[in-house]
Amino acid sequence: MSAVPTDSNKLRASIKAGELEVSHVSKSYGDATFRTEVVRDCSFKIERNKLTVMIGPSGCGKSTLIRLLAGFEEPTSGTIAINGQPVSGPGRDRLVLFQESALFPWMNTWDNVMYGPRARGEVTRETTELAEFLLNKVGLAQFRRKYPTQLSGGMQRRAELARAMINNPAVMILDEPFRGLDAMTKVLMWEYYAALFEETRRTNFFVTTDIDEAIFLADRLLIMSNIPTQVRAVLEIDLPRPRTQLELVENDRANEIKMQALSILHEEAMKSFSRGSKAAADFVDAYSKRVSKS
Amino acid sequence: MSAVVASGVAPRPRPGQSIFRHHLVRAVISLATFLVLWEIGSRLKLPWVGDVPPPTVVMNAWLPLLSDPGYWYSWVQSSRRVLSGFLAAMLIGIPFGLAMATSRVFNDISFPVFEILRPIPPLAWVPAAIIFWPTQELSIGFVIFLGAIFTIMLNVIGGARSIDIRFFQAARSMGSSNWDIFRRIILPGVLPSIVVGMEVGIGITWNVVVAAEMISGGGGAIKSSAGGGLGFFIWNSYIGFSYPQIVVGMISIGIAGYISSAIIRRLGLMVTPWSRTR
Repeated sequence: MSAVPTDSNKLRASIKAGELEVSHVSKSYGDATFRTEVVRDCSFKIERNKLTVMIGPSGCGKSTLIRLLAGFEEPTSGTIAINGQPVSGPGRDRLVLFQESALFPWMNTWDNVMYGPRARGEVTRETTELAEFLLNKVGLAQFRRKYPTQLSGGMQRRAELARAMINNPAVMILDEPFRGLDAMTKVLMWEYYAALFEETRRTNFFVTTDIDEAIFLADRLLIMSNIPTQVRAVLEIDLPRPRTQLELVENDRANEIKMQALSILHEEAMKSFSRGSKAAADFVDAYSKRVSKS
Repeated sequence: MSAVVASGVAPRPRPGQSIFRHHLVRAVISLATFLVLWEIGSRLKLPWVGDVPPPTVVMNAWLPLLSDPGYWYSWVQSSRRVLSGFLAAMLIGIPFGLAMATSRVFNDISFPVFEILRPIPPLAWVPAAIIFWPTQELSIGFVIFLGAIFTIMLNVIGGARSIDIRFFQAARSMGSSNWDIFRRIILPGVLPSIVVGMEVGIGITWNVVVAAEMISGGGGAIKSSAGGGLGFFIWNSYIGFSYPQIVVGMISIGIAGYISSAIIRRLGLMVTPWSRTR
């Protein structure tokens, strides 16, 4: 690793972290007669240099919110602004890491990482060096000639992190990126990803359904309501960094936060579970009565 | 495919069974069984197979043909016709399919015509083809072209439409222009489907070669009566009551189709190196 620039300070200096502000955003689908409101009057802030994690029951509209933030879709009403400027359309300042790997299968790791610079005609000595540096950083220098299908799940996610980071986004948006990885790989990816964040302090927005993942990673935790989605609660996760999985299991503060988050989530998950089903709604109703009695 | 993989990773061949693990051996067993059953069925005058000349008789008809330059000229003749019709189908079908998949307007305009023309069998085009085109060879090429183009187009359209939307979103976010997305996302994204379309399409061109070469009436046949193309050779043998030769022609077309598909599969793997790395 000598010929490669390993100057992390330079990387850190180059980062222009941004701040995303969502104000009174609503999003509905369908026409006037069959209208589904997925997001209703939702407001929150993704603060600069922080790792904001959003957690909510499945099917609550998190992915819709991500498409709005990324600019793949327009909100029905409300505004989304990055550093005070309203966003319109997709842009390199807000890059998304999708749920399952969205690496281009026909490009090897190197070509995938270099996609952004090539697309913008920015193939210079600097970007090539940066690509080299990032490949080393994510531990894939030996795998540069491999196609995505030849990489393991964890490697694919790391390649995708490198592909996003080379574009130096002001905000990185991650949509359940570690879903589908096995438990051990997942914990390793948390530690790896958290270290990467701590080193660069780039603004990150991380969406998940996993409470342990959320608490392990977050500076701020947004707990979302059932559909139509809104912010139910914001928790500041004031646990010291770097964190380790073992430490958190024994940490009283971490457990306190977890209990608090779980009780809110459980309530919302129940609503989500019973939505559209009379039987499920009756079950939830009876269950809640039993819980409140005891 | 799985057989190849299985034999490639076979850890410890069990004694007495190892020879059957090889896929070539299996292929030979398959062919041999087929030939033996055919021979028996034909000799015993079983229903349906009883009217087909047995493999031994077919071989007797085939052997003299192997030294007949006319027979080999038929191979060349048919291959050239199939190849030119097929290339024309690709040259027109691939851009057309891409345009239909990427442009809503173009799709709306061309889809109804495409869908009406598609179910018409190439055989039904034969009279029209003879009237349309000035030369016999062009008419034959046209019928073969029709056999392949719709399959190729359908695969291109289907392939382009099934490209993961996240690829477009990711590319767009990273600053790709429309041209860049077409060149680096859509083209490589449909390439595997194009290969599949070609593989199926070349098979169909051999399917229609008999119908197409009926047009020629043996025109352009040189060297011997067997020289008008493999499709014509079958038709001619039928008219001449030479049943073993019909079967020779059928098997020849079968082999030609097999070889062409194999070549396309090879080429396909060469242009889509990411699909063989699992």
